[in-house]
Amino acid sequence: MEVKAPVPQVPPPEWEEFKDLQEWVKYRQDRIDGDQASAAFAALADRLEHFPGGWLMVTSTEKIFNWARKSSIWPVTFGLACCAIEMMATFASRFDVERFGMVPWASPRHADLMIVSGTVTIKMAPMLKRIYEQMPDPKWCISMGSCANSGGPFRHGYHVVKGVDRVVPVDIYVPGCPPTPESLMFGILKLQERVAEFQKTGKRSTPGPPTD
Amino acid sequence: MTLEAAVAAIRERFGVEPTGEDPKRPLDPRHLVLVVPVARWVEAARFAQETLGCRYFCHLTAVDWKADGFDVVCRLENLQTGLGLTLKTRLGRDAACPSLTDLYRGASWMERECYDLFGIRFDGHPDLRRILLPQDWEGHPLRKDYAVDTPHPPYR
Repeated sequence: MEVKAPVPQVPPPEWEEFKDLQEWVKYRQDRIDGDQASAAFAALADRLEHFPGGWLMVTSTEKIFNWARKSSIWPVTFGLACCAIEMMATFASRFDVERFGMVPWASPRHADLMIVSGTVTIKMAPMLKRIYEQMPDPKWCISMGSCANSGGPFRHGYHVVKGVDRVVPVDIYVPGCPPTPESLMFGILKLQERVAEFQKTGKRSTPGPPTD
Repeated sequence: MTLEAAVAAIRERFGVEPTGEDPKRPLDPRHLVLVVPVARWVEAARFAQETLGCRYFCHLTAVDWKADGFDVVCRLENLQTGLGLTLKTRLGRDAACPSLTDLYRGASWMERECYDLFGIRFDGHPDLRRILLPQDWEGHPLRKDYAVDTPHPPYR
């Protein structure tokens, strides 16, 4: 019986070699720390907070803003593969995420959320990143399905990005292949919880322990 | 053109007997296989087009046999009579194959794809560049010696 020689593998490069990955980490860190406008707003809010009764205004405006943000998350219609079918089903009348205030919008410039539904190929990744960067802050990203989470069944393919979090920062990972509309809706509700804790500085809330 | 006439024409022109895809079955006019050397590749295609009337270029692909080189496989069909001819040729590891684009315009993208994924050069192709992968891709991924975990910056 002939024993097949293993396919020659490239040894895993050292961490330092990934200049681009480090840039990505830096980019992600910038996103977490927030932009300049949010920082100015935060400084103003901090001043205001020290006036008598000022904290009441600051915290309640923040809550109102976050309520408004989480009740009208507009996802950009960005379907990549078969997960997009489930995403369309979620948007359609049977599962109807419009009751959460979500309107699938065909322009990244008006959208708050990008649902990455499907395999991200290396050729597609720059376009995906461009669409993400066209969205105005504050913005969120849901990675939907195994392929977007980690590469999924195509992880060892030659052309697949092994997880969309190597391209853009991801807030919620929805597992499944493909996830059912219920799973995606659960992820969206989790994102709404996350958005409700969104802070005035633009800082993202740190992921806490699972609530259930 | 009937099966017998096609087989006779092939035998007369190339001196080999066309085989079927399955040797256990009787010869099927839809699945004739003709193996030719590289030097007679264009000649065989022209013969199929003019003599056998195979005017439809169905597909072209390649098989990697590692040290033995590549098989280039293309299928030509005569849609009127239902005759299908599979042409095969064996290339060396670094040899080039003559292009069929002068005979079949449809061969152009197939040969570009074959070049893209297998790295087989097609001499005489008017515009031989990558068609599926990005232009700055290194290597040809359907070759057996291509390491699938090759890192691709910036996304690996």
